[in-house]
Amino acid sequence: MIPPSFEYLRPKTIPEAIAMLQQHGDAAKILSGGQSLIPMMKLRLARPGYLIDINRISGLSHIKEEGGYLKIGGLTREAELEVSPVVRSKYPIIVDTAHVIADPQVRNLATVGGNLAHGDPANDHPATMIALGAQVVASGPKGERTIPIENFFVSLFTTTLQPDEILTEIRIPVPPPRSAGAYFKLERKVGDFATAAVAAQVTLDDQGACQKVGIGLTNVGATPIRARKAEDFLRGKKLDEATIKQASHLAADEAEPSADLRGPVEYKKGLVKELAKRALTRARERVGK
Amino acid sequence: MAKKQTVHVKVNGVQREVDVEPRLLLVHFIREKLSLTGTHVGCDTSNCGACTVVLDGKTVKSCTMFAVQADGAEILTVEGLFKDGKLHPLQEGFKQEHGLQCGFCTPGMLMSSYALLQKNSQPSEQDIRWGISGNLCRCTGYQNIVKAVQYAAGKMAQGGAR
Repeated sequence: MIPPSFEYLRPKTIPEAIAMLQQHGDAAKILSGGQSLIPMMKLRLARPGYLIDINRISGLSHIKEEGGYLKIGGLTREAELEVSPVVRSKYPIIVDTAHVIADPQVRNLATVGGNLAHGDPANDHPATMIALGAQVVASGPKGERTIPIENFFVSLFTTTLQPDEILTEIRIPVPPPRSAGAYFKLERKVGDFATAAVAAQVTLDDQGACQKVGIGLTNVGATPIRARKAEDFLRGKKLDEATIKQASHLAADEAEPSADLRGPVEYKKGLVKELAKRALTRARERVGK
Repeated sequence: MAKKQTVHVKVNGVQREVDVEPRLLLVHFIREKLSLTGTHVGCDTSNCGACTVVLDGKTVKSCTMFAVQADGAEILTVEGLFKDGKLHPLQEGFKQEHGLQCGFCTPGMLMSSYALLQKNSQPSEQDIRWGISGNLCRCTGYQNIVKAVQYAAGKMAQGGAR
């Protein structure tokens, strides 16, 4: 399949890239890892007149804890998350997530920023970033602005990023002690999108009660979903089998899946219930005694 | 037609310079501009991995990247495995262990296995299956592909490494 013709632009700095976005407006698209955009162009579902390749801009690829946040550069590859020592030691939920995105070749190119900015509810990072309470940094002509992740996704393939903005960084508040999370996904085969997936992140006090809890759902709605009712229910309660079961029911109620080749609505809701149970249980195990 | 751009790449150790349209996919660049047809177009939708090449040490699906993006890169294709008149231990392994039937997926399998062994010279069966999880084979059921990679790992550990 041959994509439509386009002009290829390769800025060296973020201001240069933003100027290009301002000049070409809706006709331009940012090329990051390209692992969603290029297939869409080949299917002619996307026809940008200009591709702005940000891969040669330095300073967009990093994973570091700084000022109370884990900062992940927008251009950071999924494969880099999988092997990052800080991510592996303190953010197992992110390792879980990166590990089930597409396949090894795709993860070598695909970026965290692209996974979010694409606005596809079937992508895996959105739910995890919701569970972690992340913020997205958008760079535009007026400088940077920070967007809480729950305000970022507007509708199918639509985010609050403006046409002249670039997602440059993701900031995750460093979790307090006794925090952990997990991401559980059911996929029909390696490389498939989730039939459903659930991300859960908890902070427990000494008695095992939930001080903080975040639950995100993948591919069961037009946008990634934050399971607020399940979170509200768990907050302040001891995380045990009974409360996990109840919270999983609530999370399933909050899912709004559509029937498709991956299954009917009831099946997907049932799946959310089971995956939420597993994610919360694993998160509790990871917090430990 | 969009303005052509010059792409400089080192492919299998040889420096190449070609003017291309930006929309030219890397796999077509390799097959049609460089006449290296060992890299296959399988599904053309980023699923099957038949088009896998090693770019700056990492596997990529060359059907899901534009040639212009590879400007300045070093690329290894299946043709680059055969050296000094000798098969690479992986190629030898695929032959010895019957790691292929129709052979269509083999170039991609070889490149993914090659990158895996560069990172992990003694992979477990699970590591191998994980390493080739982005490559589909519709003939072998993967059993003999795993054995072929194990064969190569053994051979390379004995000093056949490169």
